Amino acid sequence: MEDAFIFAVLTLNATVRVATPLILCSMAGLFSERSGVIDISLEGKMLGAAFIAASVAAATGSPWLALAAGIATAVFLALLHGFACITHHGNQVVSGVALNILMSGLTVVLGIAWFHRGGQTPSLESSERFMPISLPLADVLADVPVLGTLYGRLISGHNLLVYVAFLAVPLAWWVLYRTRFGLRLRAVGENPKAVDTAGISVAWLRYRAVLICGLLTGIAGTYLSIANNAAFVRDMTAGQGYIALAALIFGKWRPWTAFGACLLFGLLNAVAIRLQGVPIPGIGEVPVVFIQALPYVLTVVLLAGFIGKAVAPKAIGEPYMKES
Amino acid sequence: MSAPPAELPRWIDIGLIPVINICLALLVSGLIILAIGENPWDALVIMVRGALGYGEGVGYTLYYTTNFIFTGLAVAIAFHAGLFNIGGEGQAYIGGLGVGLVMLAFDSYLPFVLLLPLGILAGALFGAAWAAIPAWLQAYRGSHVVITTIMFNFIAAAVMVYLMVNVLIKPGQMSPESREFTEAGQLPFIHEMLAGIGITVTPTPLNLSIVWALICCVGVWAFIWRTRWGYELRAVGHNEAAAVYAGVRPRHIVVAAMCISGALAGFVGFNEIMGVHHRLLLNFTAGYGFTGIAVSLMGRNHPVGVVLASLLFGVLYQGGAELAFEVPTITRELVVTIQGLVILFSGALAYMSTPWVTRLYRLFVGWRADTAATAPTTTTGEA
Amino acid sequence: MVTKIGGEDAVVTPEGEPPPAAIELRGINKTFGTVRANNDVSMAVRAGAIHGIVGENGAGKSTLMSILYGFYSADSGVIRVGGKPVAIRSPNDAIAAGIGMVHQHFMLVDNFTVLENVMMGAESGPLLRESIQKARGALINLAEEYGLHVDPDAVIADLPVGALQRVEILKALYRDARILILDEPTGVLTPQEAVQLFRILSALKERGVTVILITHKLGEVMAITDSVSVMRRGQMVAERATAETSAEELAELMVGRKLKAGVSRQTKNVGDPALIVEGLSLRDRYGVARIDDIGFELRAGEILGIAGVSGNGQSELLEVLSGITPMTAGRIVVEGREVNVAKPARPDEMRALRLAHVPEDRQRRGMVTAFTARESSILGYQRDSAFNGPLFMDYAAIDGHCRDLMERFDVRPPLPDIVSSKMSGGNQQKLILAREIDRDPKVLLVGQPTRGVDIGAIEFIHQQLCDLRDRGCAILLVSVELDEILALSDRILVMFEGRIVGETPVEEADRSLLGLMMTNAHQGATSANTEPVA
Repeated sequence: MEDAFIFAVLTLNATVRVATPLILCSMAGLFSERSGVIDISLEGKMLGAAFIAASVAAATGSPWLALAAGIATAVFLALLHGFACITHHGNQVVSGVALNILMSGLTVVLGIAWFHRGGQTPSLESSERFMPISLPLADVLADVPVLGTLYGRLISGHNLLVYVAFLAVPLAWWVLYRTRFGLRLRAVGENPKAVDTAGISVAWLRYRAVLICGLLTGIAGTYLSIANNAAFVRDMTAGQGYIALAALIFGKWRPWTAFGACLLFGLLNAVAIRLQGVPIPGIGEVPVVFIQALPYVLTVVLLAGFIGKAVAPKAIGEPYMKES
Repeated sequence: MSAPPAELPRWIDIGLIPVINICLALLVSGLIILAIGENPWDALVIMVRGALGYGEGVGYTLYYTTNFIFTGLAVAIAFHAGLFNIGGEGQAYIGGLGVGLVMLAFDSYLPFVLLLPLGILAGALFGAAWAAIPAWLQAYRGSHVVITTIMFNFIAAAVMVYLMVNVLIKPGQMSPESREFTEAGQLPFIHEMLAGIGITVTPTPLNLSIVWALICCVGVWAFIWRTRWGYELRAVGHNEAAAVYAGVRPRHIVVAAMCISGALAGFVGFNEIMGVHHRLLLNFTAGYGFTGIAVSLMGRNHPVGVVLASLLFGVLYQGGAELAFEVPTITRELVVTIQGLVILFSGALAYMSTPWVTRLYRLFVGWRADTAATAPTTTTGEA
Repeated sequence: MVTKIGGEDAVVTPEGEPPPAAIELRGINKTFGTVRANNDVSMAVRAGAIHGIVGENGAGKSTLMSILYGFYSADSGVIRVGGKPVAIRSPNDAIAAGIGMVHQHFMLVDNFTVLENVMMGAESGPLLRESIQKARGALINLAEEYGLHVDPDAVIADLPVGALQRVEILKALYRDARILILDEPTGVLTPQEAVQLFRILSALKERGVTVILITHKLGEVMAITDSVSVMRRGQMVAERATAETSAEELAELMVGRKLKAGVSRQTKNVGDPALIVEGLSLRDRYGVARIDDIGFELRAGEILGIAGVSGNGQSELLEVLSGITPMTAGRIVVEGREVNVAKPARPDEMRALRLAHVPEDRQRRGMVTAFTARESSILGYQRDSAFNGPLFMDYAAIDGHCRDLMERFDVRPPLPDIVSSKMSGGNQQKLILAREIDRDPKVLLVGQPTRGVDIGAIEFIHQQLCDLRDRGCAILLVSVELDEILALSDRILVMFEGRIVGETPVEEADRSLLGLMMTNAHQGATSANTEPVA
C-alpha cells in the first residue's frame, strides 16, 4: 500500500515534468489558433528556443539570459510565421511545416559549428540552469502522512518554469475570457470581418496572438534544454510540439480542457516509461511504443467525432483579406 | 494557396517568381554558411561538383531524386484535389512495410518478374491504405486531413518500431532488421544493368525504381489533365460546389485522391526496401515525405516541375553529403535547413515578391490598361 | 485621401441658410482596375432624414457605402459629416465620425452572446467586467427607447435573422452612431420583421438619427424614405424628394430607359407535363422546412416563373430538382422516372433524364473559374462519350465543342483557352447557358439568369430562353427580378417561406398582387415590404 502510494506519487511527479512543455506549448497554440492562425510549428519554435537557450547558458552562465534568448528566438520565429501568414496571406500549414524543418536542420548546423559536439551543447552546471525549488515548509511537513509526501514530492521540488507552466493555464483562461484583448482575440478567430468592421485591426490582433505563442513556446524550449535537462541534444523536442497540438485539439481549443489533455498525455508517457518490461495482469506486456502513440490515436478518434466533437475556431486557416 | 494578386504574364508567374523565391532561399542559406564561418561560394562549388561532377555523385543524386519524385507527386496530386497530405512520411513507411512483407513471404517461391509487380502493388496498397484512413475520416467524419495525417505519421512510426523490434527482427541479432531478401526480391542496381551491356560505372544505390518514378510522372500528368477522373478531381479541388453540380461526389474524390497520393508515397518503400536495403529496417524514410512538400510547392504541383525540383533536391542532398564530408564544420543538416527555407520562400511566402515584380514589370513594359484585371490591384497587406 | 476636386455643386440642399447636411459626399471617385465603380458621386443627406439610395446590382451603391465606412479609400473626393470634412480611412474613423453600418451579411460572431457582440470594439476598459455592466445597462435603455428588444445573453447562433439585425443596429447605436447606413436590410427578413424594422427606423428618425437605406426595392423607398438618390453605372443620376416622385419614375431612372414590354411571345404551344412535382419538402438539419409541401406541373413549351423575395426557398427548390440536395419528402417525375426519398437521383442522373440546370450562382456552382473556358464548357458532361476516348478525354472534340458554343452564343472573347475567371459575368453566363441548352434538354431549370449581367447580354439570354421554350422545352425560371418573371413567364408561381402561396397566368398577373403574394400580404397581413406597385 505504501509502495503503491509512493509509486503513484513518483509517477505523477514524472507526469508533471513531462507535461510542462506540453502545457506551455498548448497554451501557446491556444492563443495562436483562437485568433485564427494555425500553428503546427510549436515543435520548431520550441526546438529553436531550446537550442539558443542552451547555447546562451553555456556561453554566459546565466539561466536568465538564456531564458530571454530562448524567448527571443521563439518570438522571432513566431513573427516570421505571422509575416508569412498574416501579412502575406501565406498558407499557414506550409509556413508551419517550413519552420519545423528549418529548425530541425538549423539547430544541428549551428550546434556543430559552434560547439563541435555532434549537435549537442556543452553540459551545464547547476548554476547555469533552473534548478528544483523547495517550497517553504516542505521539510517541516515531510513527516505528515500522505499530505507531507504529496506536498514534498509532488508539489514542491520542481524548477521555476514548471510553476510558470501551471500558472500559465489560469492566466490564459483569464486573459481569454476576462479581458478585452481576449474577447477580441476569440472574435477574430471566429469572424475576422466582424472585428474589422468594429474598427479593430485584424492583423495587429493576430500578431499579438502569435507573439504570445512565441513567448510561451520560448519558455517551453528553455525548460527542455536548461531546466529539465542540462544540455541541448539534437531533435530533443521529439514530437512534443505535435503532442501539445494534439492536446490542444483534444481539449477542444479551451484552456482547462487542453491542460487536462496535457496531463493525460504526460501521464501516459510517465506510465509508459515505468511500465517498460512490466507485464500487466490480464493483458501481458504492453509495448511502450503503443502507449506513447496513444495521444495521437486518441486525438484522431476525437477528431473523428467518436468521443464528443472538437469544433475548431471558424476562421482558422483562412488569411483575412479586406477586399474580398 | 492564395492566388497571385495581380495580372502578370505566365512566364513571370510560373517561371520568374519561383526562381526568385529559390534564389531568396539560397541567399539566406548562403548567409547561414557565412555565419558559421565558411565561404558560401566554395560550399556551392563543392556541392555542385559533389552532386554532378562524377559518376558516383550523379548516381546518388538520381537515387535521392527517385524518392523525391514519389513524395513530390504524392503531395501534388493531393493538392489538386484541395487536400494537404502531410502524411507522406508515414505512408512511405507503411508502403515500405508492404513491400518488405511481400518479399519476405514470397522471395523464395516466385521469380523476379512476378515479384517486381507484386512489390509495386504492395507498396501502393499499403501506402494507399495508410492514407485512406485520414481520407475517410475527412470525407465522412469531418476531421481535417492535415491534423490526422500528422498523427498518422507518428502512429506509423510506432507500428514500425513495434513490428521491427518484436515481430520481424531476424532472430539472433541486436539491430531491428529483417533477414535479407533473396536475389529474386531485389531490384537491379543501375550500375549492374549498365555492366550487363558493358558499361562500367561506380556502384551507387540508384536502381530500377527511377524508371518507375518517371513512369509515375507521365501517369500522374495524364491522369490529372487528360482523364475525366482527373478533371473531376481538379473540379473538387477548385470548387466543390461546382463539382457537386457536375455530378461529382466529393467524398469519393477525397478518398481516391488520398489513396493515389498514399500509393505514390508508398513507392519510396519500393525504392528503399526492394531497391536499396533489400531488407526491412527502421527509419528508411529519412524525411523524404516532408521533402515532398517542398518539391511539390517548388514544382507548382506539376509533374514536370516535380521532376525538376526533385533533381534540385537530389543535388542538395548528395552535394550536402559531400559538403559535410569535405568541410568538417558543415553537416548534412544544412540540407534540411535549406529545405526549410525553400518551403518558406516558395510556399508560405510564395507571393511576397509579386508586388515588387509587378511594379518592375509595369515600369519596363508599361501598363496596358485594356488588359487590366477587374480585381483591385492593391496588394499590400493590412499590417 | 481627402483632396477637394473641382466641380459644380450638384447637391440638392434645402432652401435658405440650412443647417449643414448630416453627411455630404462631394466628387467621390473609385476605380477598380478599369471599372469605374464610383464616378464623381455627390450626395447630401439632411440630419434626421431617412434617405434611400436605389440602383440596380452593380450600380455602385455598395462601393459608395464601403467608402463611407472606411473599407475602401476613395481615389478622390470629400466626405463631410455635420459640415466638417473627415478623413475616413478605416471603420474606426467612420465610427469616430458617428457613422454606423448594418451590413447585408451580418458582422456578428456566432458563438458570442448579444452583449459580447455589442461591446466588442467599444469596451470601456481592458477588463471585461466593467464593460459588461455598462453594455448591459445601455442595451436596456436602447431597447426601451427604440423598441430594439433582444435578450442580451442570447447566443447569436440561436437567434432568428430579424433579431440579428436588431443586434447590428444596437451595435451601431451603442457606438453613438448618428448616421446609420443599412445595406439591403429587408432582403432576408420576413414581412413581419420588415415592418418591425421600419418601425425602428422611424423611432430612430424621431430621435434625430440620420438613416441611409440602400435597397433595390422601390416599395420600401416609397414607403419610408424622405428623399432618395438613384445610382446607375457608378454615377448618381438623380436625387428626389420621395413625396415628389413615383416608383415608376425611380425604376426608369435606375435602368436608364423605359421598361420594355418584354420579349415577344409566340402563340402558345404547351404540351404534356415534362416535370411533375408532388408534396416536395426539404427540411434542414435543424428540422426547419426550407421547402414545404410543394406541388406543380411543368409542361413542355412553357416557362413557369417562380417569383419571390430572395431566401424563401427558391434556391433550395432548384437544388432539390437538380439532384444536388436530396429531398426529405415528396416525389418528382421527370421523363417517366420517379424520384423520391427512397429512390433519389443525383445531379448526373437528373442530367441523364435530360433535365438541365443553369445555377443561380454561376461562379460558385455553374463553373470552375480556375478552369479554362474549354473545360468549363463540359462541366457536368465530363463523362459524356462525345468527349471521352476509352481512357483519355478527347481534347480535340472538347475544343471543337467549346468553339461551337462560343460562336453560336456570341461568347467573347471566343478563346477556349481563356481562364474562365477572366471572362465577364455576361460571357460566363452565356457559356453556361450554351452548355446547358446545347443538349436540347426536355426540362431546363434556370436561376437568376441575368444577375450581374450587362444589358446587352440580358436581352440575348432572354431571347435564347424564349427560343428554347418555343422548341418545346419546359423551363422553370427562378428570379427575384419581378420584371424578368413578367417578361418571360407563361405562368407564375409565388413562393413564400418555402411554400407556394399563389399561382397566376401571366396575362392576369398584376404587379401589385404579385408583390403582395411575395410578402404573403394578400392573405391579410399588412406589409410595407412590397415590390413597386404599378
